[in-house]
Amino acid sequence: MMSERMTTLTDGTFDEHVKAAEVPVLVDFWAEWCGPCKLISPVLEEIAEEQVGKVQIAKLNIDENLDVTRRYEVMSIPTLILFKDGEPQARIVGARGKAQLLQELSAHL
Amino acid sequence: MPDRRQVVILGSGPAGLTAAVYAARANLQPLVIEGEPSSTSDQPGGQLMLTTDVENYPGFVEGILGPELMTRFRDQAQRFGAEFVTTKARAVDFSTRPFRIWTSEPDVEHDVEGQAVIVATGARSLMLGVPGEDRLLGHGVSTCATCDGFFFRQQEIAVVGGGDSAVEEALFLTRFAEKVTLVHRRKELRASKIMQDRAFANDKIAFRWDSVVTEVLGQAKVDAVRLHNVVTGEDDVLALGGVFVAIGHEPNTAVFTGQLDMLENGYIRTHDGTKTNVEGVFACGDVQDHVYRQAVTAAGSGCMAAIDAERYLEALGH
Repeated sequence: MMSERMTTLTDGTFDEHVKAAEVPVLVDFWAEWCGPCKLISPVLEEIAEEQVGKVQIAKLNIDENLDVTRRYEVMSIPTLILFKDGEPQARIVGARGKAQLLQELSAHL
Repeated sequence: MPDRRQVVILGSGPAGLTAAVYAARANLQPLVIEGEPSSTSDQPGGQLMLTTDVENYPGFVEGILGPELMTRFRDQAQRFGAEFVTTKARAVDFSTRPFRIWTSEPDVEHDVEGQAVIVATGARSLMLGVPGEDRLLGHGVSTCATCDGFFFRQQEIAVVGGGDSAVEEALFLTRFAEKVTLVHRRKELRASKIMQDRAFANDKIAFRWDSVVTEVLGQAKVDAVRLHNVVTGEDDVLALGGVFVAIGHEPNTAVFTGQLDMLENGYIRTHDGTKTNVEGVFACGDVQDHVYRQAVTAAGSGCMAAIDAERYLEALGH
């Protein structure tokens, strides 16, 4: 189902992945039980396909990966955090439509 | 070229999707402009997307999860040929025939046309509108208990409101939180009897009657709220880790201002079933109902709107 362009991150793989990435990585903190998370999933897949070479999209399940979730003080999902060279650059809390999401990200890409 | 349709449905909660099922089965090939993702109830699927167990929708003996119920509604509409676009109507023109709808920017040509339009844009949760609320949204202030309850394990939190949604949220949050204080501006709940009984029987739930939140306090995250007792006039500060807001709803009608007749509270005025003041434009669900506001009544009025639209189109000779 999930686009091949989307990566799944875990507490174990997170640090290496966001540091080593050649383009900014937008990490989607989500969980199975979150309705709005499900709604933005297809939006993120579209962005992943369309913005190849500009941004990577990765998903992190907060239920299974509490270390990273706590480190970035995620308290509401969906939360999207954009990482450049391993450092958080922008944070979007709550679901958005595609156009608004792209607009909020555009300053950082 | 605009997408030309016999029926365009705005909104995709129980009302819009039931209208879609009926219109699709009547071979009207409806287009559903279903809304955009958000963390408020103004989103595809509507308010039920933010709820957990729906126990009063007939036919589901053991209850069903709100998002699951809405997925089923949508699949059913799709099965009969309803089509969906995941966007909002940014502007409408109901003064011309066919009716015009803009889903992109209002300054370019309209992109959707409908011989009939069914308005089912629903209602969205009200926010408190107090200092600190916006700044701490997502940092302890939440509009979605099912999304965020998880983050408040072993903490003390507050739910603001006294209706069914507030009580449902408070009960849900007791799964995670150490203590849930229900803050209500009156001294009794508006919630249904069964929900009240459950709340009073739950020893994790405390009540602050006659009280309103006047400020949300905290630097990086919520650590207290300031409460004002509307009877005694006293103020105090309640230390807690999270605030969940469930104080009521307002209809999503801004885009229809000046075109559809509304009640003073902004809900669309309907007559003779689901008719609005514009012939060919019908309204159903919470956007025109501030009284019952149930999934099943919304679904029922969605069915009525589809039948009303079908008859209107027949009379037009389509």
